[in-house]
Amino acid sequence: MKLRYITFSLVLIVLSLGFTRCDDNDMNSNETGSLRIEFDNHVGEDDLELNKDYVNSSGETFKLTKLNYYISNIRLRTTTGVEYVVLQDSSYFLVMEDHEESQAITLNNIPAADYDEITFTIGVDSLRSTMDVSKRTGVLDPAQGHDGMYWTWNSGYIFFKMEGISPSAPVDQENKFYYHIGGYGGFDSPSLNNIRETTVSMGSARAEVRGNKSPEVHFHVDILELFKNPTTFQIADYPAVMFSEFSKNISENYVNMFKYDHVHN
Amino acid sequence: MSICSSMIMFTTRKYFNNVIRTGLSVALCVLVVCCSDPDEIEDPDENKEPTPLEIVSPSNFPPPVYDLSNNPVTKEGFELGKRLFYDSRLSRTNTISCGFCHMQPNAFTHHGHDVSHGVDDKLGRRNSLPVQNLLFYKTFFWDGGVHNLDLVPLNAIANEVEMDEEVDNIIDKLRGDANYGVQFKRAFGSEEITSTRFLQALSQFLATMVSSNSKYDLYVRKENNVTLTDIELQGLELFKSKCASCHSTDLFTDQSYRNNGFSSLTDLDRDKGREEITLNPDDHGKFKVPSLRNVEYTAPYMHNGKLQTLEDVLNYYASGVKDTPTLDPLLKQSGNPGFELTDDEKKSIIVFLKTLTDERYLSDRRFSEY
Repeated sequence: MKLRYITFSLVLIVLSLGFTRCDDNDMNSNETGSLRIEFDNHVGEDDLELNKDYVNSSGETFKLTKLNYYISNIRLRTTTGVEYVVLQDSSYFLVMEDHEESQAITLNNIPAADYDEITFTIGVDSLRSTMDVSKRTGVLDPAQGHDGMYWTWNSGYIFFKMEGISPSAPVDQENKFYYHIGGYGGFDSPSLNNIRETTVSMGSARAEVRGNKSPEVHFHVDILELFKNPTTFQIADYPAVMFSEFSKNISENYVNMFKYDHVHN
Repeated sequence: MSICSSMIMFTTRKYFNNVIRTGLSVALCVLVVCCSDPDEIEDPDENKEPTPLEIVSPSNFPPPVYDLSNNPVTKEGFELGKRLFYDSRLSRTNTISCGFCHMQPNAFTHHGHDVSHGVDDKLGRRNSLPVQNLLFYKTFFWDGGVHNLDLVPLNAIANEVEMDEEVDNIIDKLRGDANYGVQFKRAFGSEEITSTRFLQALSQFLATMVSSNSKYDLYVRKENNVTLTDIELQGLELFKSKCASCHSTDLFTDQSYRNNGFSSLTDLDRDKGREEITLNPDDHGKFKVPSLRNVEYTAPYMHNGKLQTLEDVLNYYASGVKDTPTLDPLLKQSGNPGFELTDDEKKSIIVFLKTLTDERYLSDRRFSEY
């Protein structure tokens, strides 16, 4: 009995030492800071401007009139592999090309540590998509629509919305093209699921979050990836993709848009 | 008095019914009236806590689906929701209210319209469904695309052939009306008009709209010694054998989606039904099985409103069903699609269906516009 007690105590001590070491190196539980992530939308290497002509990989000229997407469920990983999950209630953002302030998101109360990997969802998880409306405020308020980022006829968020004009798009829709991508998997029977998650690695760089340091990580978001990686398609063939099977190809492409660019520590 | 009548209306649990039947309800009414401030509507104490409004499930209904604990119904929230329901400012043109297409004498459907016309006289593609017992529904609309009562109004508001309005604009309009500020304060504690409160108030009104006092209900709950006539009973038996596998439970719908073969190929081109929500080809041409409560008054019938009378509906099932790949298996059990019905059987089924009429609901002043 006594031996057991001692063994148990020893295990506890070793375990707690382990935790303490981990804390000291990676996350000082008392110290927290902020992390900013900037989503710099690009067309190839050029900074994206709305209503400006660009050419996609199929050689089609196009301009964008709208680009909005939800970023949610953010997780950070330290250089030593410890994962920090951003508090769910503070982990939903809507990035809008025509609202500059929406393109930089700030995560507060992040444990001080060196981070080199950021994982996030493009879209909104199914749980939040079906939560009571009182728990879906701000950018998630289904009543406010936020630039039409919600389908009222098929209750669910539009995760990603890109609209533009291209001579390749049909004349009878005024040369406009639309990609409204959503679908959280269906409420009472399985349906379209376009929830996509990506992990952006910072390579050898790191974001040093400290109580007195708020690093700013910049993502290079290349919208040309949407047309080609891995499924190449033409605006001419798919000038309007909304709640349909083909939307899966688009979400599987745009998940590859997000690359690490640089960090300000 | 209104608190009292609502309590009686919603308190249909068996034991309470006994209480009502033994006449204690009178005493209770007096008690409730005495306890409540008779002037509370005319002379509001703005800081007063809202008065809870109890909603009790009828004993013959399945359990409610809507979670009332997230949005407890109060008298003040109900009154606000009712005002919103009848306010045409919810539409872009300030002409179409919810009540416009959902008229009480017709169990809140759009009488005489196969499909409804919304703003600028634009036509929809589906028949307006009754507003009743929504508290008990898992999904809403003919295709079940909406999964929560709170989100139901958004569909009609956003639809460009219905109200074609944005909630932000509606809220701006409501803020310009001081009376709304007062009502929001009474219902939610402050004058602030938010989209969440807007939806919650509408839900409070909708959740209260329970139709459960038809002749049939009184008969199955053994209340007031109500009995059915021989022909009604005959109709009930036929209904059980021919119709109740889809129109099941005392909601008279199993809430599933089925293809009853009614869509023509042209119809299917413009309305694929449930398939539009699931993208599943097996759901092609399927629509929600509608409840048959108050069906006597909800003509025209079917998802596109193309049948005018209950006789037409039964004639269709007896001899009009066309076989299509997703036709419901239950309609394929005999040699010909549909099911066999003699003229007498049709008559008695219709007589039975009329016992599902809840006159009290159709004229209940609590839900009336004026």
